[in-house]
Amino acid sequence: MLYDLVLAPFVEFDFMRRALVGTLALALGAGPVGVFLMLRRMSLTGDAMAHAVLPGAAVGYLLYGLWLPAMTLGGLIVGFAVALLSGLVARVTALREDASLAGFYLISLALGVTLVSLRGSNVDLLHVLFGSVLALDDAALILIAGITTVTLVALALIYRPLVLECVDPTFLASVSRAGGPSHLIFLALVVLNLVGGFQALGTLLAVGLMMLPATSARLWTSEITGLIVLATLIGMLSGLVGIIISYHTSLPTGPCIILVAGGVHIASLVFGRAGGLIWRLIPQRHLTA
Amino acid sequence: MSALSANAPSSTTAKPVIGFDDVTLGYDRHPAVHHLNGGIAAGSLTAIVGPNGAGKSTLLKGIMGALRPLDGGIRLGCRRANIAYLPQAMDIDRSFPITVFDLVAMGLWRQAGLFGGIGRAQRRAIEEALAAVGLSGFERRTIGTLSGGQMQRALFARLLLQDAELILLDEPFTAIDAKTTLDLIDLVHRWHREKRTVVAVLHDLDLVRRAFPETLLLAREPVAWGATQDVLIADNLLRARRMIESHDPDAAYCERTAA
Repeated sequence: MLYDLVLAPFVEFDFMRRALVGTLALALGAGPVGVFLMLRRMSLTGDAMAHAVLPGAAVGYLLYGLWLPAMTLGGLIVGFAVALLSGLVARVTALREDASLAGFYLISLALGVTLVSLRGSNVDLLHVLFGSVLALDDAALILIAGITTVTLVALALIYRPLVLECVDPTFLASVSRAGGPSHLIFLALVVLNLVGGFQALGTLLAVGLMMLPATSARLWTSEITGLIVLATLIGMLSGLVGIIISYHTSLPTGPCIILVAGGVHIASLVFGRAGGLIWRLIPQRHLTA
Repeated sequence: MSALSANAPSSTTAKPVIGFDDVTLGYDRHPAVHHLNGGIAAGSLTAIVGPNGAGKSTLLKGIMGALRPLDGGIRLGCRRANIAYLPQAMDIDRSFPITVFDLVAMGLWRQAGLFGGIGRAQRRAIEEALAAVGLSGFERRTIGTLSGGQMQRALFARLLLQDAELILLDEPFTAIDAKTTLDLIDLVHRWHREKRTVVAVLHDLDLVRRAFPETLLLAREPVAWGATQDVLIADNLLRARRMIESHDPDAAYCERTAA
């Protein structure tokens, strides 16, 4: 029974195994990135960045048709450009980063929509932009695994300045010049993970695997190591459960994965031990000290 | 020009660790510190006092290199890496989930840098710094659970570990109770005995009279500078209060140029 429900799909079908491997790899990289986005109060940055990446992919499609490397590269280039420009603008002008990012991603989005409308039928394009986790080929899997590897190594290298810049930016600036570069590297990692996610889940839903596990984890622990581990586990679990549900119900896989993550998020909102709803409603006796 | 009547104290015969060369600091061309000359001697213990908007914090930022002078310059007698800076409390995100131990450990940045590990010797140094500020047993607490006074103690522990030649404190005792202030002043005096240079922006004039031998009274321009008992007299304080004019968006160009 349990075998039929959980294991059989993966034993029987190669594409299911690929989907699972791809999703687990994505969750491994996106989890920690999401935690830092949340801690840096940039939870909406991932979303804005996803909108910025989308036109890049569309341009790749316009130029080379339905060929993934071109679309990936297009998304990367536009994503990096928007991330770097808004990061630089925030550091050298009076605009704050959120305002400057909003400016650039909207320009990028409008440009993208204009370009796409030049070409008539966009059914294929929509299909790709909203992901197809059951159609991951070797190249896509290698890309996702590569991006996750780069993400984990880079995060380990910039971990210290990244944390310090969240807590006490003035102190970091007084002892080191690593703050600016580490922030830009981090933004690049956000773009990389969105682009990695876009073949599996689509650019917009890819943000879900980044933010939902992070926000859920925050309701269970407030310690940074615990946050990162828990967010990654929630992401992976959502991937597994989402794929299985989608297999048995014939619902689209990408949205299924994110909906499972959303379910975890809502459950955490209610039951989360570190600030969930019911713990506020149930009167609890205070301690002695 | 009142600025010329208030030069660096004559008692400072030692080599200055900070030298101000007719420096003007400010924002968007409006000066917050106007034509400051003089120096701060190595090993001295100086308080900077003055009304709100007098340019005290701006001056510290200028020394740190976080703000480029509009005019003139600031000479440093030590490497910038040897300066420790305690900004005003509101610059720190207290909701960030980091432990007291990790916050204090950042003081070892000069030794550990981006990637260096925290070994047994460093661990002991951190424990000792926490003990010195009376925070033993707080290692595993996150900074969000600390009271204002405890947070300030933790930041002083971090300063201890930074082992800096020059220590800049921006309103370190604002909203801090008397007991904590006394404990932290003891640390400041310990630094002074260790021949470190300490510069602190302060508002409590009684505290300055008791604990700081030298004072710079600033009101955008220096009003008086020297031994504390000579600076903090009623006449000077009155002059300082009068010198803070309101912000003038149409202020004319300053004709005094740096030499």
